[in-house]
Formats: sequence, structure tokens, C-alpha cells
Amino acid sequence: MKIVVFVKVTPDTAATVKVDESGKVTWGDAPLVLNPWDEYAVEAALQTKEAHGGSVTVVSMGDESALEAIRRALAMGCNDAIRIEDPALAEDDSLSTAKVLAAAVNKIGDVDMVFFGRQAIDGDTGLTPPQTARLLGWPYIGLVSAFREIDPDGKKLTAERTIEEGRQVLSTQLPAVVSVAKDFGEPRYPSFMGIRKAARAKVPVWSLADLGIEAPAVKVRLPELMNPPKREVQCEFIEGDTPEEIAEKLADKILAEKVL
Amino acid sequence: MDFALSKEHQMVVDMVRRFGAEAVPVIREYDRKHEPAPLIPRMAELGILGVGIPVKYGGQGLDYISLGLVCEELEAADSTLRVVMSVHMGLCAQTIFHWGTEEQKQKYLVPLAKGEKIGCGAFTEPGHGSDFAHIQMTGRREGDYYILNGEKMWISLASLADYAIVTVRTNPEAEKPHRGLSTFIVDLHSPGIKRGDIKGKLGVRAGSTGWIAFQDVKVPVENRLGEEGEGFKITMSAFDRGRYTVAAGATGLIRASLEASVRYARERETFGVPIAQHQLIKQKIAHMARDYEMARALYLQAGWQMNQGSRATRMASMAKWFATEASFRAASEAVQIHGAYGYSDEYDVERYLRNARGAMIYEGSNEIHTLIQADYALGYRRDKPLRLELPPYDPEEWQEE
Repeated sequence: MKIVVFVKVTPDTAATVKVDESGKVTWGDAPLVLNPWDEYAVEAALQTKEAHGGSVTVVSMGDESALEAIRRALAMGCNDAIRIEDPALAEDDSLSTAKVLAAAVNKIGDVDMVFFGRQAIDGDTGLTPPQTARLLGWPYIGLVSAFREIDPDGKKLTAERTIEEGRQVLSTQLPAVVSVAKDFGEPRYPSFMGIRKAARAKVPVWSLADLGIEAPAVKVRLPELMNPPKREVQCEFIEGDTPEEIAEKLADKILAEKVL
Repeated sequence: MDFALSKEHQMVVDMVRRFGAEAVPVIREYDRKHEPAPLIPRMAELGILGVGIPVKYGGQGLDYISLGLVCEELEAADSTLRVVMSVHMGLCAQTIFHWGTEEQKQKYLVPLAKGEKIGCGAFTEPGHGSDFAHIQMTGRREGDYYILNGEKMWISLASLADYAIVTVRTNPEAEKPHRGLSTFIVDLHSPGIKRGDIKGKLGVRAGSTGWIAFQDVKVPVENRLGEEGEGFKITMSAFDRGRYTVAAGATGLIRASLEASVRYARERETFGVPIAQHQLIKQKIAHMARDYEMARALYLQAGWQMNQGSRATRMASMAKWFATEASFRAASEAVQIHGAYGYSDEYDVERYLRNARGAMIYEGSNEIHTLIQADYALGYRRDKPLRLELPPYDPEEWQEE
């Protein structure tokens, strides 16, 4: 199978992200990491390769900082990598990104499955995976938590997806695009052999000209960014002579505050 | 001169730090129970037990600096994890890598580096630690075997290891006591071996530290490392690597103490301000930050020397001496910063303090290191060439698959 997994570099989850005085988002000197949701996508892609053979290509759009995410995916076991960078992509939204990624899938050619994480922890839109599928004209299954069947020869895919009510089972044909949920299972650690290879990997860079497309129009702009209002938290200790009395007071309080 | 870590080193650090975070909850539980934490299989699965050995011998092909960085990350989580690397890799696997024949490397080093077998170093005896030249355990040659008798004590992984590097007295008549010693690779599942863990330790409670008793244990001649009478030199070279890993680990303990202290000092308020704003707290934090950078610079220099193929005896000793003293200070001050909370196992700093103490005694007591450093400075001591030198790090050769 020819598998593509798209990844993004994001600030570390432990970073303090805020809007600075110039109105730009900043996370100080916190490190950049592979988007945590994408780790599940890489894991699912690698498990699919291990079960059905083939190769996994990791692709990321971004400047050299994207190499942080690419190297991590390579160290986990992806076979090769591509980075997409072009000065015309300085501004983007989820749809313009999807147009670039769909063009990359077409250029790679003969791809059977495309994997995404459910969303990126920075933009948090979760829109790029279905938009990419739509542009490719391929079926899309979001929030996949397990595969029941992948049949590369019969071009069939059956997956479980996580929804609020429980799990839903969907079947479709290949090629397809999936986004992977946390329930899929813990992503593997990079292996030391993978680390050695990833550290030395030369990652080719594709421009828009390489993809054969013009810079896609950006339709969603963020005219102003602001920090969320500071939350005032008050702590009140509920006292009483017995645990029952304290519990009763607590229950009254919760009802009075309309928490329940 | 380049102080930057390579991309490979940074990724190794990230990976092992992640494992450390995974291991800490398990460590807390087993430290409290005073039982060895069952984490070695996971370390083997991740390849950690093969860092510092070429791929062709089953290792990960990562250099001596990587070994130090791994130890720093492991001990930032808990000393017991670093101890595994000190004895399995530093004292056992790398000693076979340094001194072993090709047959010994294929038979013993490959499974050790793959993590299929666990190794340790059995040198200290109930009556002899620092005075190593006078150890009592004997090895008597009988045909194609040596017959080993005696007891080793304070041996990390004593109850868990499969193989041990053991130094014994094979020639009681030697003109100088240290010339009568020889070193062997011993299968710890051999008849005549009994072993067990020591209870009631101050620290490293989630790890195995124990004793190994040998009664008429038959060891084939082909298991002798190096030549007969070369045991003292082989043991001292093993200590170089042991000390290097202890130094790197203690550096991680300083960092863990510093990070815990910074976190707590920013949160905890007294007199209406976070305690981080009190000058005497700042002083403690500053000392930890300084000591961390110094300890790290020392051990990385020793790692760099080993990569180059130059002798690291002096630098590994200095790094071990400085880092273990500094880690004890850092852990103690971390407890002080945490106040009464630091005195309970609700916070990790009390474990750091208990763990830090042992490293001032093992791998050469710090009194011994003080004398070693004085003798180097005074010109009373110099490193003489060994019959075999530790192989330098050659990326192409080490990573050839």
C-alpha cells in the first residue's frame, strides 16, 4: 500500500501560548513538537503498513521548523518524507492548505490511504482532513479509533469511529482519507535506529511550482487576536460537623450555583 | 569548538525523557514498597540497554555522549533507572566490548546489547571496596576451568542479572597484590551461585542491590577477560565507564532537583509573595543552576574524550566527584525549599535526596576521587597506556548494519 500521513509542527503542549503586544501569537522559547494528535495518525499509518506492506511517506507544509515534526515521524518508522514550502504560502487557511495537500497527494500518485491527526493543537479547526478528501474526491472517515478491515486488493475499508454516542462502523472504498482519534492506541516511541536515520535524512522540499498549482486564495483571515479574559477563581471551604452535613451543604451549593 | 548537541543527540534525549515520564509513577509505587520496579524489560524493548555499543554487536550504534545523555535523562526520573545503565552497560557490556575476544563479544555482548540478557559488575566485597587490590575472592585454575569461591557485596542488579563481570584473586603469590587479579565473564545461572537483595537501603529502593555468593563455581578458561593477572587494570577501566554514567546521572538528579524547586518556589507563597522572590531561595536555585551546568560540562567532556579514543580516567573521576557532591547538595536544598512537604514522599525531592547519597560512596568513594585528582595535579599519577584501549566512536563502523 502507498500511504501518506500529513503532519504539522506545533508548540509543545506545556507551552504558555499568548497574544503579545503586537497582536501576534507567541509561545516564548517553548520547543516545537510533532502535533500530538498527529502522533496517532503516524501510529495508525505505520500499523497499516506493517499489516499490509508498502510504505509510509510523511508530508508537512511549513518552513524548516516543520522538520521537527517530520524527523519525529521518520524516527517512528515512516519510510520517507516531503516538506512543502513556498513564499506564496506565507498566509493560509484550512481550505488553502487542503488544496496544497491534495495537490501533493496527486503528485505522489497511486496513493491508497491518507492519514491525518484529528486536528492540530494550535489552530484546532479539524477542517483540513475532510477538505482534503473533498478536493481529492475521495471518501473520508473522521475520528477513526480502529480498523476492522483494510483490503487493498478489493479496495475496501471498514473502520470504527468514535462519536459522542459510542462507536460507529463505516465501510467505504479505497483510496480514502482518514483522521485518527486518540482511542486508536498509544503512539510508539521513536526507535534509536529510526532516530539515527531521521537525524541524517535529507528531506526534499516541494514548491507550488513542483506541485503544479498557483497559490490558493485565502478566504478566512483573523483580523484580531486577543487573550481570553482572565478567570477569577474563588475557593470556598465547606465546613460541617459530619461528612453527611458537609455533603448536604455541598449538594445545596451545587444546585444553587446551577452546576447541576 | 562546538558545544551544540547533534540532532541525533537531541532526539535521543527527547525519547528517553519521555520514557522517564512514563516510568516515574511506577518508580514512586515501588520505591515506597522497597521492591525492584519491573522496568528493565521496557528499557530493553526501547533499545536503551544497547546505547553505547556498535550495531554489529547488537547495540544501537550510538556514541559515548549518547550514553551520558541517556543516563542524565534516566536519573532525572529516578536513580534506579540510571543504575541499570551503569552496571549493565558501563561495567558489563562495555567491558566486554573493550577487553573481550571476538568469540566473547558474539556470545555475551550481542545478547546484552540487544537487552535479551542483563549484565552487572561484581567487584566490591564485604570487606573490600576502595581497597580493591586486596580483594579476597579466589579463582583457582583446574585444567580448562577456574574454580571461583567467595562473596561479592553491594552489587547492583545482583538478583536480576544473567551475566556478571567478576574480578577475583587468581595468584595469591603475586609480588604486588593488584597483579594477582583476573577478570571473568560469569553466567550467574551457574551451579554454586547464590544471590539475593539487600533490604533496608537508604535510597535506590526501586532497584536491586544485593550480594552474590560463589561456592566452587566452574568458569571455563575461555570466559577469562584479558590475560591472567590483568584483572586490576580491566576493573579500573570498567570503573571509568561506571563513573562516567554515575556522573551523567547525578547531573540529571541536579536538574530534577532544580526543576522541582523552581516549580514549587513559583507556586508557594509566604509573606504575601511567591517564595521564589526571597533572596535566600534564589541563592539555592542559583547554586543548583550553576552546578548543573558545571556537572554537565564535565561529563560531556569525558564522553567526548571517549568518542575521540582518548583516556577519560581523570575526567570521569572528576565529573563523578563533582556531580555526586553537587546532586546531594541540590537534592538537600530542594527538600529545604519544599519545607515540610519536601520531607514526605508527596513530593519527589525526598526520594532525590535519599538516592543522591549512595553515589557519593559507590563507583569510588568521593574521598578516593579527591586523592585521585590531587595525585594527577601533583604529578604523582599519570595514565599509562593499556594493552588494549577502549575503541573510539566511529559513526560509520558503529552504525554499519
